Amino acid sequence: MITREEIKTIADNGIWKQNTSIVQILGLCPLLAVTTNAVNGIMLSLATIIVMAMSGVAIASLRNLIPHEIRIPVFILIVAALVTVVDLLFNANLHELYLVLGIFIPLIVTNCIVLARVEAFAAKNPPVQATLDGVFMGIGMLWTLAVLGAMRELLGSGTILGGIDMVFPSLQPIQVLPESYPGFLLALLPPGAFILLGCMIAWKNWMSAKAAERAQRRPPEPVSTAGCH
Amino acid sequence: MSFTTSPYLLKDTSVSQVMTQVCIALIPGIVAYVWLIGPAILAQLVIATLAALLAEAVMLRIQRKPLAIFLSDGSAIVTAWLIALTFPPLAPWWLVFTGTVFAIVIAKHLYGGLGQNPFNPAMVAFAVCIVSFPALMSQWPSVGLQMPLVEQINIILGLAPRVDALSGATPLDALKTALKLGDGSVDVAHLLANQDVFGNFAGRGWEWVAGGYLIGGLYLWERKLITWHVPTAFLASMTLIGGALWLYSPTQFANPLFHLLSGGAMIGAFFIATDPVSGCTTPRGKLIFGAGAGLLAYIIRVFGGYPDGVAFAVLLMNLCVPVIDLLTQPAIFGMKDKS
Repeated sequence: MITREEIKTIADNGIWKQNTSIVQILGLCPLLAVTTNAVNGIMLSLATIIVMAMSGVAIASLRNLIPHEIRIPVFILIVAALVTVVDLLFNANLHELYLVLGIFIPLIVTNCIVLARVEAFAAKNPPVQATLDGVFMGIGMLWTLAVLGAMRELLGSGTILGGIDMVFPSLQPIQVLPESYPGFLLALLPPGAFILLGCMIAWKNWMSAKAAERAQRRPPEPVSTAGCH
Repeated sequence: MSFTTSPYLLKDTSVSQVMTQVCIALIPGIVAYVWLIGPAILAQLVIATLAALLAEAVMLRIQRKPLAIFLSDGSAIVTAWLIALTFPPLAPWWLVFTGTVFAIVIAKHLYGGLGQNPFNPAMVAFAVCIVSFPALMSQWPSVGLQMPLVEQINIILGLAPRVDALSGATPLDALKTALKLGDGSVDVAHLLANQDVFGNFAGRGWEWVAGGYLIGGLYLWERKLITWHVPTAFLASMTLIGGALWLYSPTQFANPLFHLLSGGAMIGAFFIATDPVSGCTTPRGKLIFGAGAGLLAYIIRVFGGYPDGVAFAVLLMNLCVPVIDLLTQPAIFGMKDKS
Protein backbone atom coordinates (compact mmCIF):
# COMPACT_ATOMS: atom_id res chain seq x y z
CA MET A 1 0.00 0.00 0.00
CA ILE A 2 2.06 2.88 1.30
CA THR A 3 5.22 3.07 3.35
CA ARG A 4 5.99 5.49 6.17
CA GLU A 5 8.81 6.92 4.11
CA GLU A 6 6.43 7.69 1.26
CA ILE A 7 4.03 9.47 3.59
CA LYS A 8 6.90 11.52 4.97
CA THR A 9 8.06 12.53 1.52
CA ILE A 10 4.55 13.47 0.42
CA ALA A 11 3.95 15.49 3.58
CA ASP A 12 7.31 17.23 3.37
CA ASN A 13 6.75 18.13 -0.28
CA GLY A 14 3.24 19.43 0.30
CA ILE A 15 3.89 21.45 3.42
CA TRP A 16 7.35 22.82 2.79
CA LYS A 17 9.50 21.77 -0.17
CA GLN A 18 6.93 22.28 -2.92
CA ASN A 19 4.55 24.54 -1.02
CA THR A 20 1.94 25.72 -3.53
CA SER A 21 1.92 29.37 -2.49
CA ILE A 22 5.53 30.18 -1.60
CA VAL A 23 7.47 27.75 -3.82
CA GLN A 24 5.28 26.92 -6.80
CA ILE A 25 3.59 30.37 -6.60
CA LEU A 26 0.32 28.90 -7.88
CA GLY A 27 -3.22 30.08 -7.23
CA LEU A 28 -2.30 33.72 -6.73
CA CYS A 29 -5.74 35.00 -7.69
CA PRO A 30 -7.65 33.49 -4.74
CA LEU A 31 -4.61 34.16 -2.54
CA LEU A 32 -4.77 37.90 -3.22
CA ALA A 33 -8.53 38.11 -3.06
CA VAL A 34 -9.48 36.15 0.05
CA THR A 35 -6.57 36.57 2.47
CA THR A 36 -7.85 39.85 3.88
CA ASN A 37 -8.16 37.85 7.09
CA ALA A 38 -6.95 34.48 8.31
CA VAL A 39 -10.42 32.89 8.58
CA ASN A 40 -11.27 33.47 4.91
CA GLY A 41 -7.91 32.03 3.86
CA ILE A 42 -8.34 28.96 6.06
CA MET A 43 -11.89 28.29 4.90
CA LEU A 44 -11.01 28.58 1.22
CA SER A 45 -8.03 26.28 1.82
CA LEU A 46 -10.30 23.76 3.55
CA ALA A 47 -12.62 23.79 0.54
CA THR A 48 -9.61 23.30 -1.71
CA ILE A 49 -8.32 20.43 0.48
CA ILE A 50 -11.67 18.62 0.19
CA VAL A 51 -11.67 19.04 -3.58
CA MET A 52 -8.05 17.97 -3.92
CA ALA A 53 -8.41 14.89 -1.75
CA MET A 54 -11.54 13.72 -3.58
CA SER A 55 -10.18 14.50 -7.04
CA GLY A 56 -6.96 12.70 -6.09
CA VAL A 57 -8.75 9.49 -5.22
CA ALA A 58 -11.15 9.73 -8.19
CA ILE A 59 -8.54 10.43 -10.82
CA ALA A 60 -5.95 8.03 -9.46
CA SER A 61 -8.57 5.24 -9.55
CA LEU A 62 -9.57 6.05 -13.10
CA ARG A 63 -6.07 6.85 -14.33
CA ASN A 64 -5.76 3.66 -16.40
CA LEU A 65 -9.15 4.17 -18.07
CA ILE A 66 -8.74 7.82 -19.09
CA PRO A 67 -7.42 8.15 -22.67
CA HIS A 68 -4.16 10.08 -22.53
CA GLU A 69 -5.11 12.50 -25.36
CA ILE A 70 -8.22 13.88 -23.70
CA ARG A 71 -7.08 13.62 -20.08
CA ILE A 72 -7.26 17.36 -19.34
CA PRO A 73 -10.97 17.77 -20.23
CA VAL A 74 -11.75 14.62 -18.24
CA PHE A 75 -9.81 15.91 -15.20
CA ILE A 76 -11.62 19.23 -15.40
CA LEU A 77 -15.00 17.51 -15.58
CA ILE A 78 -14.27 15.44 -12.48
CA VAL A 79 -12.89 18.40 -10.57
CA ALA A 80 -15.86 20.55 -11.62
CA ALA A 81 -18.32 17.97 -10.34
CA LEU A 82 -16.51 17.83 -6.98
CA VAL A 83 -16.32 21.62 -6.72
CA THR A 84 -20.07 21.82 -7.31
CA VAL A 85 -20.55 19.51 -4.33
CA VAL A 86 -18.34 21.69 -2.10
CA ASP A 87 -20.00 24.85 -3.40
CA LEU A 88 -23.45 23.54 -2.48
CA LEU A 89 -22.12 22.38 0.91
CA PHE A 90 -20.80 25.84 1.77
CA ASN A 91 -23.97 27.49 0.48
CA ALA A 92 -26.12 25.29 2.70
CA ASN A 93 -24.07 25.25 5.91
CA LEU A 94 -21.86 28.35 6.00
CA HIS A 95 -23.99 30.74 4.03
CA GLU A 96 -22.46 34.03 5.27
CA LEU A 97 -18.94 32.84 4.59
CA TYR A 98 -20.14 31.55 1.22
CA LEU A 99 -21.21 35.10 0.36
CA VAL A 100 -17.80 36.48 1.41
CA LEU A 101 -15.76 33.91 -0.53
CA GLY A 102 -18.16 34.36 -3.44
CA ILE A 103 -16.82 33.42 -6.85
CA PHE A 104 -13.62 31.93 -5.41
CA ILE A 105 -15.29 28.65 -4.42
CA PRO A 106 -16.55 27.86 -7.96
CA LEU A 107 -13.18 29.08 -9.24
CA ILE A 108 -11.42 26.21 -7.43
CA VAL A 109 -12.18 24.34 -10.69
CA THR A 110 -9.76 26.51 -12.58
CA ASN A 111 -7.28 26.75 -9.70
CA CYS A 112 -3.97 25.69 -11.18
CA ILE A 113 -2.99 24.02 -7.88
CA VAL A 114 -5.72 21.40 -8.32
CA LEU A 115 -5.04 20.73 -11.98
CA ALA A 116 -1.27 20.75 -11.45
CA ARG A 117 -1.44 18.07 -8.72
CA VAL A 118 -3.92 15.98 -10.67
CA GLU A 119 -1.78 16.08 -13.80
CA ALA A 120 1.59 15.74 -12.07
CA PHE A 121 0.74 13.29 -9.31
CA ALA A 122 -2.72 11.69 -9.27
CA ALA A 123 -2.54 10.63 -12.92
CA LYS A 124 0.66 8.66 -12.20
CA ASN A 125 0.20 7.28 -8.68
CA PRO A 126 -2.14 4.92 -6.83
CA PRO A 127 -5.24 6.37 -5.05
CA VAL A 128 -3.90 6.37 -1.47
CA GLN A 129 -0.78 8.35 -2.35
CA ALA A 130 -2.81 10.69 -4.58
CA THR A 131 -5.29 11.41 -1.78
CA LEU A 132 -2.50 12.11 0.70
CA ASP A 133 -0.75 14.33 -1.82
CA GLY A 134 -3.94 16.33 -2.28
CA VAL A 135 -4.40 16.72 1.46
CA PHE A 136 -0.82 17.75 2.18
CA MET A 137 -0.63 20.16 -0.76
CA GLY A 138 -3.83 21.66 0.63
CA ILE A 139 -2.33 21.89 4.12
CA GLY A 140 0.67 23.68 2.62
CA MET A 141 -1.72 26.16 1.05
CA LEU A 142 -3.70 26.41 4.28
CA TRP A 143 -0.86 27.47 6.54
CA THR A 144 0.54 29.99 4.06
CA LEU A 145 -2.87 31.56 3.51
CA ALA A 146 -3.52 31.57 7.26
CA VAL A 147 -0.21 33.32 8.03
CA LEU A 148 -0.63 35.78 5.15
CA GLY A 149 -4.24 36.48 6.12
CA ALA A 150 -3.31 36.99 9.78
CA MET A 151 -0.49 39.42 8.90
CA ARG A 152 -2.68 41.42 6.50
CA GLU A 153 -5.50 41.55 9.03
CA LEU A 154 -3.25 42.59 11.91
CA LEU A 155 -1.58 45.36 9.91
CA GLY A 156 -4.73 46.46 8.12
CA SER A 157 -7.27 46.54 10.90
CA GLY A 158 -5.50 45.53 14.12
CA THR A 159 -7.64 42.46 14.79
CA ILE A 160 -7.09 38.73 14.58
CA LEU A 161 -9.64 36.08 13.63
CA GLY A 162 -11.91 38.61 11.94
CA GLY A 163 -14.87 36.81 10.38
CA ILE A 164 -14.68 33.93 12.87
CA ASP A 165 -18.31 34.66 13.79
CA MET A 166 -19.29 33.51 10.31
CA VAL A 167 -17.96 30.03 11.07
CA PHE A 168 -18.62 29.78 14.83
CA PRO A 169 -21.39 32.26 15.70
CA SER A 170 -20.44 32.19 19.39
CA LEU A 171 -16.91 33.55 18.81
CA GLN A 172 -15.91 37.16 18.19
CA PRO A 173 -12.87 38.69 16.47
CA ILE A 174 -10.15 39.80 18.92
CA GLN A 175 -8.92 43.40 18.85
CA VAL A 176 -5.17 43.07 19.37
CA LEU A 177 -3.97 46.59 18.70
CA PRO A 178 -5.59 49.55 20.51
CA GLU A 179 -8.88 50.93 19.14
CA SER A 180 -7.11 54.10 18.03
CA TYR A 181 -4.90 52.13 15.61
CA PRO A 182 -5.57 53.88 12.28
CA GLY A 183 -5.29 50.77 10.13
CA PHE A 184 -2.65 50.41 7.43
CA LEU A 185 -5.10 50.06 4.55
CA LEU A 186 -2.41 49.09 2.05
CA ALA A 187 -2.03 45.70 3.77
CA LEU A 188 -5.66 44.89 2.97
CA LEU A 189 -5.30 45.92 -0.68
CA PRO A 190 -3.73 43.62 -3.31
CA PRO A 191 -0.31 45.41 -3.23
CA GLY A 192 -0.06 44.57 0.48
CA ALA A 193 -0.70 40.91 -0.31
CA PHE A 194 2.04 40.93 -2.93
CA ILE A 195 4.55 42.64 -0.64
CA LEU A 196 3.86 40.31 2.31
CA LEU A 197 3.85 37.22 0.06
CA GLY A 198 7.22 38.41 -1.27
CA CYS A 199 8.51 38.61 2.32
CA MET A 200 7.27 35.07 3.01
CA ILE A 201 8.98 33.75 -0.14
CA ALA A 202 12.20 35.48 0.91
CA TRP A 203 11.91 33.92 4.38
CA LYS A 204 11.37 30.44 2.84
CA ASN A 205 14.39 30.85 0.56
CA TRP A 206 16.49 32.03 3.48
CA MET A 207 15.46 29.03 5.59
CA SER A 208 16.19 26.64 2.71
CA ALA A 209 19.57 28.25 2.06
CA LYS A 210 20.48 27.89 5.74
CA ALA A 211 19.34 24.24 5.72
CA ALA A 212 21.40 23.54 2.59
CA GLU A 213 24.43 25.16 4.21
CA ARG A 214 24.01 23.00 7.32
CA ALA A 215 23.60 19.85 5.23
CA GLN A 216 26.79 20.63 3.35
CA ARG A 217 28.81 21.13 6.49
CA ARG A 218 27.61 17.89 8.08
CA PRO A 219 28.97 14.55 6.80
CA PRO A 220 26.21 12.55 5.06
CA GLU A 221 24.21 10.41 7.46
CA PRO A 222 24.15 6.66 7.00
CA VAL A 223 20.98 5.50 5.22
CA SER A 224 18.36 5.06 7.89
CA THR A 225 16.36 1.89 8.22
CA ALA A 226 13.01 2.89 6.77
CA GLY A 227 10.01 2.57 8.99
CA CYS A 228 11.77 1.94 12.27
CA HIS A 229 11.54 5.40 13.83
CA MET B 1 53.82 75.71 -18.10
CA SER B 2 52.84 72.16 -17.34
CA PHE B 3 51.36 69.53 -19.62
CA THR B 4 49.19 66.64 -18.69
CA THR B 5 47.54 63.96 -20.72
CA SER B 6 43.82 63.41 -21.16
CA PRO B 7 41.25 62.92 -19.70
CA TYR B 8 41.04 66.49 -18.45
CA LEU B 9 38.52 65.76 -15.69
CA LEU B 10 38.47 68.38 -13.01
CA LYS B 11 37.12 66.12 -10.28
CA ASP B 12 34.80 63.25 -9.66
CA THR B 13 31.32 64.15 -8.61
CA SER B 14 30.57 61.81 -5.75
CA VAL B 15 27.09 60.80 -4.65
CA SER B 16 27.43 62.80 -1.45
CA GLN B 17 28.41 65.97 -3.36
CA VAL B 18 25.37 65.62 -5.63
CA MET B 19 23.07 65.00 -2.69
CA THR B 20 24.46 68.00 -0.79
CA GLN B 21 23.79 70.20 -3.82
CA VAL B 22 20.21 68.86 -4.05
CA CYS B 23 19.66 69.68 -0.37
CA ILE B 24 21.04 73.19 -0.91
CA ALA B 25 18.73 73.60 -3.91
CA LEU B 26 15.74 72.70 -1.75
CA ILE B 27 16.51 75.53 0.71
CA PRO B 28 14.76 78.42 -1.14
CA GLY B 29 11.56 76.35 -1.23
CA ILE B 30 11.92 75.41 2.45
CA VAL B 31 12.53 79.04 3.45
CA ALA B 32 9.37 80.14 1.61
CA TYR B 33 7.50 77.23 3.22
CA VAL B 34 8.61 78.20 6.74
CA TRP B 35 7.86 81.89 6.13
CA LEU B 36 4.45 81.55 4.51
CA ILE B 37 2.97 78.21 5.65
CA GLY B 38 4.58 77.70 9.03
CA PRO B 39 7.71 76.47 10.78
CA ALA B 40 6.14 73.07 11.61
CA ILE B 41 7.67 71.74 8.40
CA LEU B 42 11.08 71.91 10.09
CA ALA B 43 9.89 69.38 12.67
CA GLN B 44 8.71 67.10 9.85
CA LEU B 45 12.08 67.44 8.11
CA VAL B 46 13.82 66.35 11.31
CA ILE B 47 11.44 63.40 11.85
CA ALA B 48 11.83 62.23 8.24
CA THR B 49 15.62 62.57 8.34
CA LEU B 50 15.92 60.58 11.57
CA ALA B 51 13.54 57.90 10.26
CA ALA B 52 15.46 57.63 6.98
CA LEU B 53 18.85 57.34 8.69
CA LEU B 54 17.50 54.76 11.15
CA ALA B 55 15.92 52.63 8.39
CA GLU B 56 19.04 52.96 6.25
CA ALA B 57 21.30 51.91 9.13
CA VAL B 58 19.17 48.86 9.95
CA MET B 59 19.04 47.74 6.32
CA LEU B 60 22.81 48.23 5.88
CA ARG B 61 23.49 46.28 9.07
CA ILE B 62 21.34 43.38 7.85
CA GLN B 63 23.23 43.31 4.55
CA ARG B 64 26.58 43.69 6.38
CA LYS B 65 27.52 46.77 4.34
CA PRO B 66 29.71 49.53 5.79
CA LEU B 67 27.49 51.99 7.66
CA ALA B 68 29.61 55.12 7.49
CA ILE B 69 30.03 55.30 3.70
CA PHE B 70 26.38 54.72 2.83
CA LEU B 71 24.87 56.74 5.67
CA SER B 72 26.92 59.79 4.82
CA ASP B 73 26.18 59.73 1.08
CA GLY B 74 23.07 61.81 1.74
CA SER B 75 20.74 59.93 -0.60
CA ALA B 76 18.50 58.87 2.28
CA ILE B 77 18.34 62.47 3.48
CA VAL B 78 17.20 63.73 0.07
CA THR B 79 14.47 61.08 0.02
CA ALA B 80 13.46 62.06 3.56
CA TRP B 81 13.29 65.78 2.72
CA LEU B 82 11.18 65.17 -0.38
CA ILE B 83 8.79 63.07 1.71
CA ALA B 84 8.52 65.73 4.43
CA LEU B 85 7.94 68.47 1.85
CA THR B 86 5.15 66.58 0.05
CA PHE B 87 3.28 65.42 3.17
CA PRO B 88 0.87 67.73 5.04
CA PRO B 89 2.99 69.87 7.43
CA LEU B 90 0.91 68.96 10.49
CA ALA B 91 0.62 65.24 9.76
CA PRO B 92 1.17 63.05 12.83
CA TRP B 93 4.81 61.99 13.30
CA TRP B 94 4.09 58.32 12.67
CA LEU B 95 2.66 59.07 9.22
CA VAL B 96 5.91 60.66 8.03
CA PHE B 97 7.86 57.96 9.89
CA THR B 98 5.90 55.11 8.25
CA GLY B 99 6.18 56.68 4.80
CA THR B 100 9.93 57.23 5.14
CA VAL B 101 10.64 53.75 6.50
CA PHE B 102 8.54 52.22 3.70
CA ALA B 103 10.45 54.27 1.12
CA ILE B 104 13.89 53.30 2.44
CA VAL B 105 13.21 49.65 3.31
CA ILE B 106 10.83 48.50 0.59
CA ALA B 107 11.16 50.97 -2.27
CA LYS B 108 14.96 51.31 -2.00
CA HIS B 109 16.75 48.46 -0.21
CA LEU B 110 14.53 45.52 -1.19
CA TYR B 111 15.10 46.48 -4.81
CA GLY B 112 18.87 46.44 -4.31
CA GLY B 113 19.73 49.72 -2.58
CA LEU B 114 21.22 52.94 -3.90
CA GLY B 115 21.04 53.16 -7.68
CA GLN B 116 18.90 50.05 -8.16
CA ASN B 117 15.37 51.21 -7.33
CA PRO B 118 12.97 51.28 -10.29
CA PHE B 119 10.53 53.60 -8.47
CA ASN B 120 11.16 56.96 -6.87
CA PRO B 121 11.21 56.11 -3.12
CA ALA B 122 9.72 59.44 -1.99
CA MET B 123 6.78 59.07 -4.36
CA VAL B 124 6.24 55.46 -3.27
CA ALA B 125 5.94 56.78 0.29
CA PHE B 126 3.41 59.39 -0.81
CA ALA B 127 1.34 56.89 -2.80
CA VAL B 128 1.36 54.32 0.02
CA CYS B 129 0.28 56.86 2.61
CA ILE B 130 -2.42 58.54 0.54
CA VAL B 131 -3.89 55.14 -0.33
CA SER B 132 -3.67 53.89 3.25
CA PHE B 133 -4.50 57.05 5.23
CA PRO B 134 -6.49 59.28 2.86
CA ALA B 135 -8.08 61.37 5.62
CA LEU B 136 -4.83 62.31 7.38
CA MET B 137 -3.07 62.95 4.08
CA SER B 138 -5.71 65.52 3.09
CA GLN B 139 -5.66 67.57 6.34
CA TRP B 140 -3.73 70.71 5.49
CA PRO B 141 -3.49 73.71 7.80
CA SER B 142 -6.12 76.30 6.99
CA VAL B 143 -5.03 79.64 5.55
CA GLY B 144 -3.31 82.02 7.96
CA LEU B 145 -3.19 79.46 10.76
CA GLN B 146 -2.30 81.36 13.96
CA MET B 147 -0.93 78.78 16.33
CA PRO B 148 2.24 78.80 18.41
CA LEU B 149 4.97 76.50 17.13
CA VAL B 150 4.99 74.47 20.36
CA GLU B 151 1.34 73.68 19.95
CA GLN B 152 1.87 72.68 16.31
CA ILE B 153 4.67 70.34 17.34
CA ASN B 154 2.43 68.89 20.05
CA ILE B 155 -0.15 68.13 17.37
CA ILE B 156 2.49 66.44 15.23
CA LEU B 157 3.67 64.36 18.19
CA GLY B 158 0.10 63.44 19.12
CA LEU B 159 0.24 65.25 22.49
CA ALA B 160 -2.55 67.65 21.54
CA PRO B 161 -5.86 66.82 19.82
CA ARG B 162 -6.12 67.39 16.07
CA VAL B 163 -8.39 70.44 15.98
CA ASP B 164 -10.55 71.97 13.26
CA ALA B 165 -7.84 74.44 12.34
CA LEU B 166 -6.24 71.57 10.50
CA SER B 167 -9.19 70.75 8.32
CA GLY B 168 -8.08 72.97 5.47
CA ALA B 169 -7.75 71.70 1.94
CA THR B 170 -5.03 72.26 -0.61
CA PRO B 171 -5.82 74.92 -3.21
CA LEU B 172 -6.22 72.16 -5.81
CA ASP B 173 -8.70 70.33 -3.59
CA ALA B 174 -10.60 73.52 -2.76
CA LEU B 175 -11.00 74.32 -6.44
CA LYS B 176 -12.08 70.79 -7.35
CA THR B 177 -14.63 70.61 -4.52
CA ALA B 178 -16.07 74.05 -5.29
CA LEU B 179 -16.46 73.16 -8.98
CA LYS B 180 -18.14 69.87 -8.11
CA LEU B 181 -20.54 71.48 -5.62
CA GLY B 182 -21.32 74.33 -8.02
CA ASP B 183 -22.25 71.78 -10.69
CA GLY B 184 -21.52 74.05 -13.63
CA SER B 185 -22.96 77.24 -12.11
CA VAL B 186 -19.70 78.58 -10.67
CA ASP B 187 -16.77 79.82 -12.68
CA VAL B 188 -13.12 79.46 -11.88
CA ALA B 189 -12.15 83.12 -12.16
CA HIS B 190 -14.77 84.08 -9.59
CA LEU B 191 -13.61 81.34 -7.18
CA LEU B 192 -9.96 82.27 -7.52
CA ALA B 193 -10.73 85.93 -6.82
CA ASN B 194 -12.99 85.37 -3.83
CA GLN B 195 -11.83 82.38 -1.83
CA ASP B 196 -9.35 82.91 0.96
CA VAL B 197 -7.26 79.89 0.04
CA PHE B 198 -6.21 81.40 -3.31
CA GLY B 199 -3.52 84.04 -3.75
CA ASN B 200 -2.36 86.01 -6.77
CA PHE B 201 -1.61 83.12 -9.10
CA ALA B 202 -2.44 79.90 -7.27
CA GLY B 203 -2.72 78.88 -3.61
CA ARG B 204 -2.02 81.64 -1.07
CA GLY B 205 1.52 81.13 0.14
CA TRP B 206 1.98 77.91 -1.81
CA GLU B 207 2.60 79.84 -5.05
CA TRP B 208 5.76 81.33 -3.53
CA VAL B 209 6.88 77.96 -2.19
CA ALA B 210 6.60 76.68 -5.76
CA GLY B 211 8.63 79.72 -6.83
CA GLY B 212 11.30 78.71 -4.30
CA TYR B 213 11.49 75.24 -5.82
CA LEU B 214 11.79 76.84 -9.27
CA ILE B 215 14.81 78.86 -8.11
CA GLY B 216 16.35 75.73 -6.54
CA GLY B 217 15.69 73.77 -9.72
CA LEU B 218 17.39 76.41 -11.87
CA TYR B 219 20.37 76.24 -9.50
CA LEU B 220 20.57 72.47 -10.04
CA TRP B 221 20.48 73.02 -13.80
CA GLU B 222 23.14 75.71 -13.59
CA ARG B 223 25.38 73.33 -11.63
CA LYS B 224 24.77 70.71 -14.36
CA LEU B 225 23.29 68.23 -11.88
CA ILE B 226 20.14 67.95 -13.95
CA THR B 227 19.63 68.57 -17.66
CA TRP B 228 16.90 70.84 -19.02
CA HIS B 229 14.97 67.98 -20.66
CA VAL B 230 12.79 66.60 -17.86
CA PRO B 231 11.65 69.84 -16.17
CA THR B 232 11.02 71.60 -19.48
CA ALA B 233 9.05 68.68 -20.91
CA PHE B 234 7.11 68.27 -17.63
CA LEU B 235 6.12 71.92 -17.34
CA ALA B 236 5.51 72.29 -21.10
CA SER B 237 3.17 69.33 -21.35
CA MET B 238 1.28 70.49 -18.26
CA THR B 239 1.01 73.98 -19.75
CA LEU B 240 -0.14 72.61 -23.10
CA ILE B 241 -2.94 70.41 -21.81
CA GLY B 242 -3.89 72.96 -19.12
CA GLY B 243 -3.86 75.76 -21.67
CA ALA B 244 -5.91 73.80 -24.21
CA LEU B 245 -8.61 72.97 -21.67
CA TRP B 246 -8.55 76.52 -20.28
CA LEU B 247 -9.07 78.01 -23.75
CA TYR B 248 -11.83 75.47 -24.36
CA SER B 249 -13.70 76.41 -21.19
CA PRO B 250 -12.21 79.16 -19.00
CA THR B 251 -15.10 78.85 -16.54
CA GLN B 252 -14.49 75.18 -15.78
CA PHE B 253 -10.71 74.89 -15.91
CA ALA B 254 -8.07 76.92 -14.08
CA ASN B 255 -5.39 78.65 -16.12
CA PRO B 256 -2.14 76.77 -16.69
CA LEU B 257 -0.15 79.06 -14.38
CA PHE B 258 -2.39 78.01 -11.50
CA HIS B 259 -1.52 74.38 -12.16
CA LEU B 260 2.20 75.02 -12.55
CA LEU B 261 2.32 76.75 -9.15
CA SER B 262 0.00 74.33 -7.32
CA GLY B 263 0.58 71.07 -5.51
CA GLY B 264 3.71 69.17 -6.38
CA ALA B 265 4.19 70.43 -9.94
CA MET B 266 7.36 72.49 -9.39
CA ILE B 267 9.04 70.19 -6.86
CA GLY B 268 7.98 67.28 -9.07
CA ALA B 269 9.38 68.75 -12.28
CA PHE B 270 12.77 69.76 -10.85
CA PHE B 271 13.46 67.44 -7.92
CA ILE B 272 11.39 64.26 -8.32
CA ALA B 273 11.04 63.51 -12.04
CA THR B 274 14.76 64.32 -12.47
CA ASP B 275 15.84 61.46 -10.19
CA PRO B 276 18.72 59.89 -12.15
CA VAL B 277 18.03 56.38 -10.83
CA SER B 278 14.33 55.90 -11.51
CA GLY B 279 14.11 58.19 -14.55
CA CYS B 280 15.18 57.87 -18.18
CA THR B 281 18.83 58.21 -19.19
CA THR B 282 18.70 59.09 -22.90
CA PRO B 283 17.99 62.73 -23.86
CA ARG B 284 14.95 61.87 -25.99
CA GLY B 285 13.80 59.47 -23.30
CA LYS B 286 14.00 62.25 -20.72
CA LEU B 287 11.76 64.42 -22.89
CA ILE B 288 9.19 61.63 -23.18
CA PHE B 289 9.43 60.88 -19.46
CA GLY B 290 8.92 64.51 -18.44
CA ALA B 291 6.10 65.11 -20.90
CA GLY B 292 4.30 61.94 -19.83
CA ALA B 293 4.64 62.78 -16.14
CA GLY B 294 3.33 66.33 -16.65
CA LEU B 295 0.38 65.13 -18.73
CA LEU B 296 -0.57 62.36 -16.30
CA ALA B 297 -0.17 64.66 -13.28
CA TYR B 298 -2.61 67.13 -14.83
CA ILE B 299 -5.13 64.45 -15.80
CA ILE B 300 -5.03 62.77 -12.36
CA ARG B 301 -5.28 66.00 -10.35
CA VAL B 302 -8.11 67.46 -12.46
CA PHE B 303 -10.18 64.40 -13.34
CA GLY B 304 -9.10 61.92 -10.66
CA GLY B 305 -10.17 61.44 -7.07
CA TYR B 306 -6.88 62.37 -5.39
CA PRO B 307 -5.87 65.93 -4.48
CA ASP B 308 -2.70 65.81 -6.54
CA GLY B 309 -1.43 63.56 -9.29
CA VAL B 310 2.34 64.15 -9.36
CA ALA B 311 3.20 61.07 -7.27
CA PHE B 312 1.09 58.67 -9.32
CA ALA B 313 2.22 60.27 -12.59
CA VAL B 314 5.91 59.86 -11.69
CA LEU B 315 5.38 56.24 -10.56
CA LEU B 316 3.49 55.37 -13.75
CA MET B 317 6.25 56.88 -15.87
CA ASN B 318 8.88 55.01 -13.77
CA LEU B 319 7.16 51.85 -14.97
CA CYS B 320 7.67 52.89 -18.61
CA VAL B 321 11.35 53.81 -18.21
CA PRO B 322 12.89 50.52 -19.44
CA VAL B 323 10.83 50.60 -22.64
CA ILE B 324 11.43 54.30 -23.26
CA ASP B 325 15.19 53.89 -22.73
CA LEU B 326 15.24 50.92 -25.09
CA LEU B 327 13.39 52.75 -27.86
CA THR B 328 15.32 56.02 -27.62
CA GLN B 329 18.92 54.75 -27.82
CA PRO B 330 20.92 57.47 -29.57
CA ALA B 331 23.06 56.52 -32.55
CA ILE B 332 26.64 55.61 -31.69
CA PHE B 333 29.04 58.46 -32.53
CA GLY B 334 30.03 58.21 -36.17
CA MET B 335 27.28 55.75 -37.06
CA LYS B 336 24.07 56.47 -38.94
CA ASP B 337 20.90 56.34 -36.88
CA LYS B 338 19.28 53.03 -37.72
CA SER B 339 15.75 54.26 -37.17
